[in-house]
Amino acid sequence: MAIDISIKKKLRFFDVDVSFSCPDSRMLVMIGPSGGGKTRIIRMMAGLDKPDEGKITFRDCTWFDSGKGINLPVQQRRLGYVFQDYTLFPHLNLYENAAFAAVDKKEVDELFELFNISHLKKRKPHMVSGGERQRCAICQAMARRPAALLLDEPFSALDVITRRGLREELKNLKGKFSFPMIYVTHDINEALFMADEILPVVDGKADAGWMNSTMNRDPKVRAVREQRLALAY
Amino acid sequence: MDYLALYITLKLALVSTLILMVLAAPVAYMLAFSKIPGKSFIEAFIYLPTALPPTVIGFYLIILMGPKGPVGKAWGSLSGDALLFTFSGIVVASVIYSIPYAVQPMKAAFQKLDRRLLENAYVLGLSKNAAFFRVILPNSKSGILASAVLVFLHSMGAFGVLMMVGGSIPGETKVASIAIYEAVESMDYNKAALISLSFIPISYAFLLLVNKLNKDGADGH
Repeated sequence: MAIDISIKKKLRFFDVDVSFSCPDSRMLVMIGPSGGGKTRIIRMMAGLDKPDEGKITFRDCTWFDSGKGINLPVQQRRLGYVFQDYTLFPHLNLYENAAFAAVDKKEVDELFELFNISHLKKRKPHMVSGGERQRCAICQAMARRPAALLLDEPFSALDVITRRGLREELKNLKGKFSFPMIYVTHDINEALFMADEILPVVDGKADAGWMNSTMNRDPKVRAVREQRLALAY
Repeated sequence: MDYLALYITLKLALVSTLILMVLAAPVAYMLAFSKIPGKSFIEAFIYLPTALPPTVIGFYLIILMGPKGPVGKAWGSLSGDALLFTFSGIVVASVIYSIPYAVQPMKAAFQKLDRRLLENAYVLGLSKNAAFFRVILPNSKSGILASAVLVFLHSMGAFGVLMMVGGSIPGETKVASIAIYEAVESMDYNKAALISLSFIPISYAFLLLVNKLNKDGADGH
């Protein structure tokens, strides 16, 4: 597979202990309750946190191997990482943000076309909407020609309508991407909509039962709860 | 009117500010981001000049910078010149005296920066050095400016330290604050009044400038 991961890390309230793989051109959606360690796992993949033990490999390159003492710095993993909330650089306009680490500046224009933000190139991040900022964040990650794309609840801070729109756009686009994609969400509908594969994570561990128990709740409870969810999200 | 003393004051303030901006940036970065043990001891030491009487700082500087002191000796072998009672000497004194005012606002500006911006820069492949110049500095402009102005104004007002280290050599170490003191000592109140008055528009203009730049910074221009 393109990415193979098997990591452990001791946290305050639970231990992370997961193994999974993701092939090229596929989107693995990591889902689970908030505070269940999903972001922590993705940060360890990126090299922003260090696992206690385990192994992370990308194709034939080892990113992390506790046994051999390998821990490739975050800068060298060449990842696209779209964070939960806006991490665009406030002193740069959208174009400069997307071109920040671009391999070829021409691709930035194409990406802006693709994500429909060409008309906003000169605006600073605080002068555009949340959805437009996240579009730009995806362009920024993509312009790097990433080895893999990590998306950590990229749309969870947006309003329902913007979120649905962006979700659909990303789903339509992802077929064009040749690298593995890992998408984190706590929203089951989103997971089912986006995923090629789903990995439920509860308290730091893969928990296949969680999906079933959440989806096969008593229909009456579910109707009430999901109605509310639909309103809230 | 002692224009020469005013000129020395402005020259000293400008040179000290330029030197301190370069010196203080890495120190402020270290205090804001590094996790080395004993950081609070280092920090307290750097801020010591705010808590010591200027004459105490001046006394230690005389010991260090005198012809037999380590700094004076090193300077002597490098430049063939003395350090005490020279313009270079009062620059050193003024830099030491103003270090806290350079470091503190810069450190605060660096700390205010969202850490996630830095993480994003690292993910995008930037080394720590590159992230400092491409992300931290441009987003800390107002703090750096505040630090520069504070240092400038603080060096303009220095008196005790400079008196001890530089004495009062016209055109070399006699700054405006010392000229005022001497004018009063010799009962020349007119002269003292004129020099004192000249400080007010300079300081006022600087504060106006800071306000304007801060406002522009806040508007995101």
